Amino acid sequence: MQNIIKLITVSLLVFILGIFYQSLNRSSNYDTKFLVGNKIADIELSDLQSEKFFTNDDFKNNKYTLINFWASWCAPCRVEHPYLMILSRNKDIKILGINFKDKKINALKFLEELGDPYDYLAKDNNGKQSVNFGIYGIPESILIDSKFNILKKIIGPLNEKDLKEIKEIIKS
Amino acid sequence: MKIKILCLVIFFNFSVYATSNEILNESRIHKNLRCLLCQGQSIADSNSEFAQTLKMVVKDLVKQGKTEDEIYNFLSDKYGDWILYKPKFNYENFLLWSFPYLVLVFGGFIIVFLVKKR
Repeated sequence: MQNIIKLITVSLLVFILGIFYQSLNRSSNYDTKFLVGNKIADIELSDLQSEKFFTNDDFKNNKYTLINFWASWCAPCRVEHPYLMILSRNKDIKILGINFKDKKINALKFLEELGDPYDYLAKDNNGKQSVNFGIYGIPESILIDSKFNILKKIIGPLNEKDLKEIKEIIKS
Repeated sequence: MKIKILCLVIFFNFSVYATSNEILNESRIHKNLRCLLCQGQSIADSNSEFAQTLKMVVKDLVKQGKTEDEIYNFLSDKYGDWILYKPKFNYENFLLWSFPYLVLVFGGFIIVFLVKKR
């Protein structure tokens, strides 16, 4: 009997130490990359410049769509902007820019100054729409296919590596 | 006239009761939602942009008549179970929930064994 108790105690200790070891070696940076492979939420967005309303129907004919959350007050958005401009030249991808908690006049000024890479320009004035997309900070970008599957999620500003990876996905 | 006043008082009390219930419900939900951008804070304790947005979304969902569990399910679909302070009871979290009870049973078993041995 004593041997069984010893065995169980040692097993428990090994189990607890194993859990600690695994937890300490795991990245503690939170991200929502687990959403890759899931379908995107239904799109219901207002156009930034008109009364138009975007829904899934507007994007179903696009081979690929990059959804980009941005704002004129967001410094990292300026950093990623040149990469969006490069992507906008690619015919296989359309870019939906969602202007997040921003003033229209500032947003348009930003685009006038740095260029407009967006095929669709929507607004999310109070940020509520961002929750539907699992966004928790900007900039964030989501690459989807014509069936609205999430292919890639980029948290933070796009960089050279992301651009390369997006181009590879589009090519395949 | 008395009936009218009585009706008005009942209506007023009912409105206050319904509103306070809604606020209590929202506040309880806020306390169970993690602010993903903050260090160990719930959205109830945080004034970050993210926390403010989530509070607005929770308010809308409560107004739509969604239950607490439906709200948690909606948000964990978007942000994962990490957003919940109280993890859901499912096969992934089964051990998390049952482990303390297993240890309790095992501890009791050892105590019984030691007492009998004396």
